[in-house]
This record gives sequence, C-alpha cells and structure tokens, in this order.
Amino acid sequence: MTDTSSQVDSSGLLLAADGTPLKRKLRQALSVNRRRAFLLVAPLLLFIFASFALPIAVFLWQGFHNDTYESRMPASSAVLSDWDGSSEPTEEMAAALVADLIVSRKAKTIGKVATRVNVEQSGTRSLFTKTARRAAKMEAPFLPALINVDKDWGDLETWQAMKIAATSFTPAYFAAAIDKKYNADGSFTDQEETRQIYVWLFVKTFLVSAGVMAICVLLGFPVAYLIAHLPARQANLLIILVLLPFWTSLLVRTTAWIAMLQGEGVINDGLDYMINNDIAAFLGPALLGISNAFLGLVGIAAEILNILLAVINFVIYLAWLVIAGAVELFELAFEKDLSPSEYWVTGYDKPAPYVPYLGDVQKVEEVGYDRLSLIYNMTGTVIAMTHILLPFMILPIYSVMKAIPPSHVRAAKSLGATNWTAFWRVYFPATIPGIGAGGLLVFILAIGYYITPALVGGSDGQLISNFIAYHMEKSLNYSLAAALGGILLVSVLILYWLYDRIVGIDNMKLG
Amino acid sequence: MNRAILLAAASGIALTGAAQAADTITAVSWGGAYTKSQVEAYHKPWMAKTGNKIISEDYNGGLAQIKAQVEAGNVTWDIVDVELSDAIRGCDEGLLEEIDHSALPDAPDGTPATEDFISLALHDCAVANIVWSTIYAYDGSQYNAFERPRSMADFFNTKKFPGKRGLRKSPKANLEMALVSDGVAAADVYDVLSTDEGVDRAFAILDSIKDDVVWWEAGAQPPQLLADGEVKMTTAYNGRIFNAMASEGKPFEIVWDGQVFDVDLWVIPKGAPNKKAALDFLAFSTDTQRLADQAAWISYGPARLSSSALVGSYNSDPDLKMGPHMPTAPANFGNAIANGFEFWADNQDELNERFNAWLAS
Repeated sequence: MTDTSSQVDSSGLLLAADGTPLKRKLRQALSVNRRRAFLLVAPLLLFIFASFALPIAVFLWQGFHNDTYESRMPASSAVLSDWDGSSEPTEEMAAALVADLIVSRKAKTIGKVATRVNVEQSGTRSLFTKTARRAAKMEAPFLPALINVDKDWGDLETWQAMKIAATSFTPAYFAAAIDKKYNADGSFTDQEETRQIYVWLFVKTFLVSAGVMAICVLLGFPVAYLIAHLPARQANLLIILVLLPFWTSLLVRTTAWIAMLQGEGVINDGLDYMINNDIAAFLGPALLGISNAFLGLVGIAAEILNILLAVINFVIYLAWLVIAGAVELFELAFEKDLSPSEYWVTGYDKPAPYVPYLGDVQKVEEVGYDRLSLIYNMTGTVIAMTHILLPFMILPIYSVMKAIPPSHVRAAKSLGATNWTAFWRVYFPATIPGIGAGGLLVFILAIGYYITPALVGGSDGQLISNFIAYHMEKSLNYSLAAALGGILLVSVLILYWLYDRIVGIDNMKLG
Repeated sequence: MNRAILLAAASGIALTGAAQAADTITAVSWGGAYTKSQVEAYHKPWMAKTGNKIISEDYNGGLAQIKAQVEAGNVTWDIVDVELSDAIRGCDEGLLEEIDHSALPDAPDGTPATEDFISLALHDCAVANIVWSTIYAYDGSQYNAFERPRSMADFFNTKKFPGKRGLRKSPKANLEMALVSDGVAAADVYDVLSTDEGVDRAFAILDSIKDDVVWWEAGAQPPQLLADGEVKMTTAYNGRIFNAMASEGKPFEIVWDGQVFDVDLWVIPKGAPNKKAALDFLAFSTDTQRLADQAAWISYGPARLSSSALVGSYNSDPDLKMGPHMPTAPANFGNAIANGFEFWADNQDELNERFNAWLAS
C-alpha cells in the first residue's frame, strides 16, 4: 500500500504526488483560483479605475500643477524662476517676455496666459493682450519699450504676479483655498479681508452637515422605531411612505419645497390666512402641541398612532415646518422685544395693548412683504436637505431595530427595569450601529450637497460645493476648484478615519 | 476598375454635396422670449430658404460649456449667442473660430457691413445681432400714480420704497447701477470703479439693501418674480420685461435711468461640426431685414444701423410700435452706461471673488 499524498523528502517537507512540496502545490492551486477571481473582477476594477479614480486623480493634480504660463512662455519662465522676486526687473526679463509675447500672439494662446496672470493680479489681462499686439514692433532696450506701452510694466507687482504664474508646481491654489495668498518670495500672507470666503465656507459646510445629521437622527429615530414595532401590514405602508419621496427625483422634491416655502407659498399663505382670521393664537400653539406630543409619545404609545398611518409622513414634515416657522417667529419676536407667547397672543390680536408693534404689523400688511423668509436662505437649505436625506437615516436605523430581539427589552423589564431604563440601557445601545451608519451616510452626502443649496440657498445658504461648481462653470479657474475639492476630499477621509477609530467601521450596519 | 473608383468617388462627392444641402446645426441661446424671437426671425426663414435644420438649445451664458467642448475635442454646438466680454475672452483663449467680416451681407443701400454695424458689434470672432440692456422694472399696479420709482436712486432706496428687490447674482451691472444711484454720472462709472474707493462705495450701497435682495440667475426669472409678487422691483433684461407686458398683459413699468447696455453676439466654437452651415446662418441672420424682423418679437435693438428704419410694430399687435421700447430710443438713452467689457475682462476675477465673499458673509 503506497500513500502518494504524504511522501516526505530528505529535508522533511511534505511532498505531493508529482514530487513537488505540498506547500508549493497548494499555493499553485490557490493562485489559479485567485487569478480566476481577479480576472472576474478585473473589468469592474478597470472600469472604476478609468471612470472614477483616474479622472479624480487627474483633476486633483491640477490643484497644484498649472503649466498654462510655463508651457506657452518658456523663455520668460526660465528667466523669472531665476529672479529673486524683489529686486528691480531686468532688461533680460523684459527681452525674454517680449520674445514670448510675439510667439504667443501668433499661436493665439495669449488669452490663456493673460487669464492665468490675471488670477494673481487683477488688471493684467488687458495689459498682456495689449502689449502682445505691439510686441512684434518693439526694439531693444525692451524694458523702457514695455513701460512705454503701459506704465504697469514698471510695477514690481506685475512681475511678481508673472513669477507666481510661471511656476507650474505651485501651492498658490491650495493657499487661495484657505484664504491665504502665496507671494513671489515664497511667503504666505492673509488674503484681503473683503475677499476671504473659503475657510468660513468649509466651517459652514461642516456645521450644516452636522446639523442636518442631528435633525435627521431626531426625526428619523422615532419613525424607524414606529415602523419596526408595528404589525407588518401597517409597517409596510409606512415604509412605502418613507421610500416614495426617496424614489422621487431630487429636483422635484427641491422644487416642491420652493412652492411650499416661498414668500407667496403654501406655508406663508396659510399663516397669512390664520393671522387675518385671528386663528393664529389658537392654531399655532395647537400645531406645536401636536408635534411635541408626537415626539414625546414615541417611546410608549406607538399603537395609538395607528389611526394616523396614512398621514404620518405628512404630520412629521408639517411638525418640522411649524418648528422652523416657530424658530423664525421667535427671532422676529426677539427683535421686537416681545416674548414668544406675547407675540402669538397679542401680536396679531386686534385689541392688543402693544401699540408700536401693532402699527408695524399694519404697515407690514399694507405692504405685504414681511412674511417668513423660509427659503432662499440657510433655513431653506436646511429644511430641504433634511427632507431629502431623511430616508438615508431612517432605513439603516430601521433595519438594525428590526434585528433587535424583543425578548431583550422584555427581559430587562422582568428584571425590574422601568420602561425608560429598558429603552435607554438595553434597546438604545443596540441601535447605535444603525445610527452610526445613517449618520455617516447623511453627513458625507450632506458635505457634498450641491443642487439643493443652489436652488433654495439664496445667498447665505450656499455651501462649498456650490463654489467648486462656480469655479468650474463661471470663473473657469479649474485649479482652484481642484484645490477646494482636494481639501474637501481629504477632510472627509479624515472624518471617516476618525469614525473608524472611535466607533469602528465594522460596527456599521446598512441593512 | 479605376473608372469604378473614380465613379464611386464622384458619387461620394455628389452625396456629400447633397448632404451639405440638408445640414443640421445646433444653435444655442438664452431661452424664453429671446430664443423665440430668434426662432421666428432667423431660424424659420433660414430653414425655409436652405432646407437645413436647426436644433435650438438653451443655456445660461458663460464660456464653461464651450471651453469644455473645445478642450475635450468634442464640439457639439455650432453657433452660440454670447455676451460681449465672453466673446472677447473666448477669442483670446482660442476657443472660437475667427469670422471673416467680408462674408457678411451689405446693407440694402450698398453700405458695406463693416460700416453698417454699430461700433461694438464686430469682433475677430463674433458678430453682434442685438443691443440689449439691463434695466430695472416694477409692477405698476403696486404703486399709485404719484409715488412711483423714477430713478436709479429709488431702486436702492428701501426707506422710500419698501419691499424686496431682485438683482442678478453677479457683480456685473449691479456695481455700475449702485454708483449711478449714488450720483455718479454714467460716463464716469468705470473710472470710479477702477479705484479701490469706488469699489468700496459700490459695495456699501449694495450692502444697504442686501437683506431685501432676491437673487436671480436666468433671464426668465425676474418677470416671474415680479408677477408672483416675490419682489417689488427687479433688475432685468429689458426684452423680458417688455414681453411680459406685451404678450401677457402684465402691468410692468421699465425705468430706463442708468440702464447698462450691451450687445449679444453670435460666435462659432472652434471645431464646430457644421462650421460652413453655421457661418451661412450667421451671415443670413445678421442681415438688415432679419435683424429688423427680430425686433418685432422682442424689444432688443438691431445691431445694424440700416435695420432701424425697418423696425415696425409688435408681431401680434400692429398698434404697439417697437421703436420707443428699444434701449437705444432717445428717450431711454439719456443716462445709459455702455457695458465696460475691457474693465470686466480685467477685473472680473477679483470682483467676482469679492462679490461672492460679500454674498456669503
């Protein structure tokens, strides 16, 4: 009896039937499998590389590499890079520039060069195009000839702007993306105060994203809880109510918000009607009460809300709207040094004793413009983004809740826990993976939000993506767009890493 | 054998010749009432004359799409209606085809095209078709006969005339109008804007009404904002307001004080797929008769001097004479500012940045 599978060679290694060591044989067999698996996913990898990774890399590359000037003005680029950036411009620099201008004008690339320098120094655009038209007729000495065309050629700033533009590998765009200015001598200074914008925009984008995420948790958690604990029939209906807006086009939903929130929109007209019919004092607090009650009831009396199934989604949104409206009214009230309750009760009541304010209201009604500004500002952006991103929060939380065995809570209660303790100590911790997943999804989606702020954000509701788009579409400054996008990408990656460190990415459950 | 190849080649040429006769070009313009005026006055007669087809597309201005198409080597637009500053910049950056002005038809009385067009109209890469202007307008039904806004200063005075204002989301025209409202003469506007103090002054005036501004981007928005009551007054392109008045009977009124006038031009992106047909269309649409015809559809002035005499009345209303509604009518032209395209080409990067920072703050 020969045992071919366990031959042993002289050094003690196990050998396969054909005499090769078993380890190697095994590796061969596995590597065939691995290769086959790799070949199967290769088309997808290639596709992702060519259509996703490569374009992003190429685009980000532009953030610190822009050879618009160097590739078209080689002679002056070489001279400028040797120049220290602070001494008086020399005849050599002028001669190289004139030679480049002649070539560049013939090649019709002077506009691109001029645009590039103009980014560094306003007003140099026409200086370049104008000078290039006359460059062919210039004679040495060139520096006085240039100054003769325009006295700006005598300014050090013009040459410094050219030196910055002539450096292809440059930190200038990343500096500009954080409101710094890169100077010809290699130093960084703060951008002029009236032109500083991006740092605050990044901060604002993160704050809005975090805020939207928090609101989504507050609104989404009760809804997910409700759906997870209803009988299948009603739960399915509710799930459809959550998914229906999810399947609706983002543009349609955003535009619907415009119809709802605008100055002459549904909400404002409704409030106006209430005010004119003296029912605000009654209905306003009532609506607030309903919404508060709804939020408060969630833990204990989900069954009672069965009756409201068909309108539940609507109620949530309406409640949210009223809260937003109330916040706005609070602000209005504070401006008038009125407490909110006074505002509601006396503000619109005809026989109110608060005379100066009543006068304001009457004037307002005559002119009819001082309605709630719910859209074309930050309020509009937050409302619309929250609505659009809510399903991304509800669905992961719901799927996690669905998997929590009801026996856990029952066990806690049987061991003497109150409803609240059982919920907070036993149930809630089990839902954290869902909240984490939903939170991360909503936050990262919100950080790159573009269309919604563009449509409903007005001037102060714009986020960083809108300015990336602006530099792609309007100012055509692709390099600055790339630098802004690069910073955004890196900060999202850092956040993702932090999330992994703190919560753990394995703890995330999407369903 | 050789003969067969020759024959095939000849029929090939004949075929491309035939195909030439039925070209399809893509013409891109600003949409709404303006595109309609071009379709009625230019597109339809040209299609009837040549048998070619025109696909009409809308955009919101700017060079971004043209630049993207040209740099990607995948040009799908044949002819585009652009603003002056974009025409100049696009030409400088090599994004546009050069246009031979001698190919443009002469005026009926024999004046050569180069003399017949108004001064801003002809450029290396562009030929103007209309003169338009940015004005401000209000809803006449909202004001009584005695207290109406009449000057640029009234637009920026929210104490005297409370209510929201519509403004284009761009520093262009807004800075000029702000200075005029502060008493700067139309002719001096760009001199003042060239100084830092002048820019500060203009922004300070914009800042004084910032809380009341509703920003618009597409030309079709301002008439809508006025009609919806979202704003009390708004800056707008004069033709859009006119059309809302003429064809929809809206009670809008235009205030011409401090209007900023400009030209719109046809350009052909570099490497346009049907360049020849596009050039033919360009020459056809900017002849004297066509430019005059367009003025029957929207109140933009023709870019040829010889067209003025042929401008008649509104297409659907013979009693509505177009002459007085043109930006160039003497009654409207008193305090007009010519768009400083060189100023904007030089300063738009910096001023846009400052404008954006101001908006977001």
